[in-house]
Amino acid sequence: MLNRSEAPHIKDAVEYKIGLKKPDQFKLDNGVEVYNVQAGTEEVVQIEWVFKAGNWFEEKKLIASAANFLIKNGTSNKSAFEINEFVDFYGAYLNRSCYNETAVVSLHCLTKQLEHILPLVQEIFLDATMPEDELLIYKQNMKQRLAVNLKKCDFIAGRKIDALLFGEKHPYGVYSEMDDYDAIQQDELIRYYQSYYKNGHCTIFSAGILPAKYQQLLNKYFGQLPFNKNQVTNVSHPMFPSTQKKWNILNDPDGVQGAIRIARPCPLPSDPVFPKLQVLNVLFGGFFGSRLMANIREDKGYTYGIYSYLMNHIHASAILISTEAGRDVCEATVKEVYHEMEQLRNKEVGKDELLLVKNYLIGTLLGDLDGPFHIIGRWKNLILHGMDESHFNYYVNTIKTIEAKELKNLAEKYLNPEEFYELVVV
Amino acid sequence: MVNFDRFELSNGLKVLVHQDLSTPMAVVNVLYDVGARDEVEAQTGFAHLFEHLMFGGSVNIPDYDEPLQLSGGENNAYTTNDLTNYYCQLPAENLETAFWLESDRMLSLAFSKKSLDVQRKVVCEEFKEHYINKPFGDVWHMMRDLAYKVHPYKWMTIGKELSHIENAKLEDVKNFFSKHYNPSNAILVVAGNVQTAQVQLLAEKWFGSIPSGIKYHRNILQEPAQQDARRMTVKRNVPMDAIYKTWHMASRLDQDYYTTDLLTDILGGGASSRLYQALVKEKQLFAHINCYHFGSLDRGLLTIEGQLVKGVDMKQAEDAIEEELTKAREHLIDDRELQKVKNKTESVMAFEDMSVMNRAGSLAFYELLGDGNLMNDEFQRYQQVTTSDLQRVAKEVLRESNSNTIWYMAN
Repeated sequence: MLNRSEAPHIKDAVEYKIGLKKPDQFKLDNGVEVYNVQAGTEEVVQIEWVFKAGNWFEEKKLIASAANFLIKNGTSNKSAFEINEFVDFYGAYLNRSCYNETAVVSLHCLTKQLEHILPLVQEIFLDATMPEDELLIYKQNMKQRLAVNLKKCDFIAGRKIDALLFGEKHPYGVYSEMDDYDAIQQDELIRYYQSYYKNGHCTIFSAGILPAKYQQLLNKYFGQLPFNKNQVTNVSHPMFPSTQKKWNILNDPDGVQGAIRIARPCPLPSDPVFPKLQVLNVLFGGFFGSRLMANIREDKGYTYGIYSYLMNHIHASAILISTEAGRDVCEATVKEVYHEMEQLRNKEVGKDELLLVKNYLIGTLLGDLDGPFHIIGRWKNLILHGMDESHFNYYVNTIKTIEAKELKNLAEKYLNPEEFYELVVV
Repeated sequence: MVNFDRFELSNGLKVLVHQDLSTPMAVVNVLYDVGARDEVEAQTGFAHLFEHLMFGGSVNIPDYDEPLQLSGGENNAYTTNDLTNYYCQLPAENLETAFWLESDRMLSLAFSKKSLDVQRKVVCEEFKEHYINKPFGDVWHMMRDLAYKVHPYKWMTIGKELSHIENAKLEDVKNFFSKHYNPSNAILVVAGNVQTAQVQLLAEKWFGSIPSGIKYHRNILQEPAQQDARRMTVKRNVPMDAIYKTWHMASRLDQDYYTTDLLTDILGGGASSRLYQALVKEKQLFAHINCYHFGSLDRGLLTIEGQLVKGVDMKQAEDAIEEELTKAREHLIDDRELQKVKNKTESVMAFEDMSVMNRAGSLAFYELLGDGNLMNDEFQRYQQVTTSDLQRVAKEVLRESNSNTIWYMAN
């Protein structure tokens, strides 16, 4: 007779040996570094051109993100429509995203179409024109998007907490107002493009099933471009964290929920303590079985979901707790968040719960490393933070070996309510 | 080409096995043939609420998530108007844990009052977060109600109103379970680093003894063809006006479904699409505009939604949309444009199939449609679409009398 009350035997995930498959690594003629993971089951590729062109380098708000957005909206020979039509015809996806330190142009397509698309990507890096009419449409549409977002409590809370942590003048804390869009000038975008893309610093990360002669192909289209000639000047930005810790903002008098953000600074991802904090974070609020979720969603029903995160910035990091809760239970939710901090400070996590967290982390890591796009993503993160494989191995080892006592010590050091910013936006 | 083996247990549970030895993981996907369309109008949102309760402990196992996490796994689930799907991924060596958990909650839930009390609140917060506390959040409640007069697609998966969820009783939960959650109403897909023989043994061991239950036969009134255009105007606290238009389209298995899918891509699928180029870029009447549909199993809705540039007149904006639709009805779309959307589709399908989890979910979905092999014929069906098909479908679907329009105005 089958005993359904008894769990089948499991192999503890912590027993798995986990390694990060090494990428192929080579340099183009102009010195651009290429990292490539050749693997996968589908005939698809992903290539990312990562430029040191994030908002860290802009001298005026929004220039970095506008230049990034408009980079594929026209060259001397092609209109935005012609570029989009061309990319779409080959079933490719040419996207761009702007972050703090970096700005990225990414391509996803079927392997068989890659050769058709690369000349266009080259053209964009050599000859983007940032047309005035495209800029006007961009400004108008971004202002409308902002107007809609400003109605949302989670949007207001998300940008406010960054501003509290880092200061509104810091690239991590800066946010945009309507006027900032109006103030963008075409010549500023062109200058930014010239300095940070065309003559900027580029690194290439690719993965998937790459065609034969991939290296020659990349060299042909990108190895002769004027990338990486100049040293990137080190820019530093002082932080001005807010002195006021508690904030209540009423954005929508009719709002039925409040967006809660609770955050404090913490050590950088490259700091040896960071992987330990990652384990603490998972236990606290980093997965569905976390303390925060178990208490505030699964016991009290105050929210659809609550999570804590560690920010992944290069120059500064923070622990952030984030949720949307019913308006009448916001206060109770905040109280419970602090209560869970207190539990972690006062009492060592039990053996079973710690093993569960460890197994969950290793098991999901095993799943996360499945497939070439995920593997190159890990490498990109390591390399952009100036880290290497040893950091990854240290992270895996930390998960496997960290003890309850050390997690309690970390909680005592990093989970004190009085050190957190507390923000509720209705 | 996705290969799989297929067998059925004597209680009616269909099992599909898709092997991929390149991953160390296994995926277990259980699809139940029940969605919001199986609810009654006085008690909506129930299929989705029930999905939450499936994590509240089963008859022999007090907690679903904990043992799964302990075995290095993670899981999620979703409910649509058509179906409910549960999936988990875990290291392949621990595959049996997923069988143990999934079979016990198919056998019976714990039906805990505490779980119901809490999940009612959680779902109410989900309702608020997505449909009340967001600009334009209520539009699909109104649109479904406008477009459907008979078919249960007239309400959203989350439910018609908060009170339906707040009033759910434990008795309702039990009835719902016995009606829909049994082997004859489920499809199990096991994928990843697994062997068919091993899955067969595990399936027999854990699911084989679950009583088959009574097969639920769906008897849904299909929506009669719409005869006259329907329109409504609402005023809300939003920063600018938006327009939403829908038309009834072909059901999922109809060849015209594929034609319609390509047509939505031509009209509004991205940066080189017709509506975007004409109305956002050239005429600058819209800040954004999209054309899409929901992939519904019964006759669904082809949708165009756009947010107007502030100050633009609603009538002028709607006329401009109509002008593009007229072109699609009156002129043959050229071959290259058709080839473009076919190429995009081919690419999207390849990217979707990269993950074992997606492949498992798709296999379950196509098995629900009648045969997991449909997954492999899918691109062929897109390839068959011709430019004259597109024009015919544009004429049939994008008719004024088949349309539903909401003017969503800023007050």
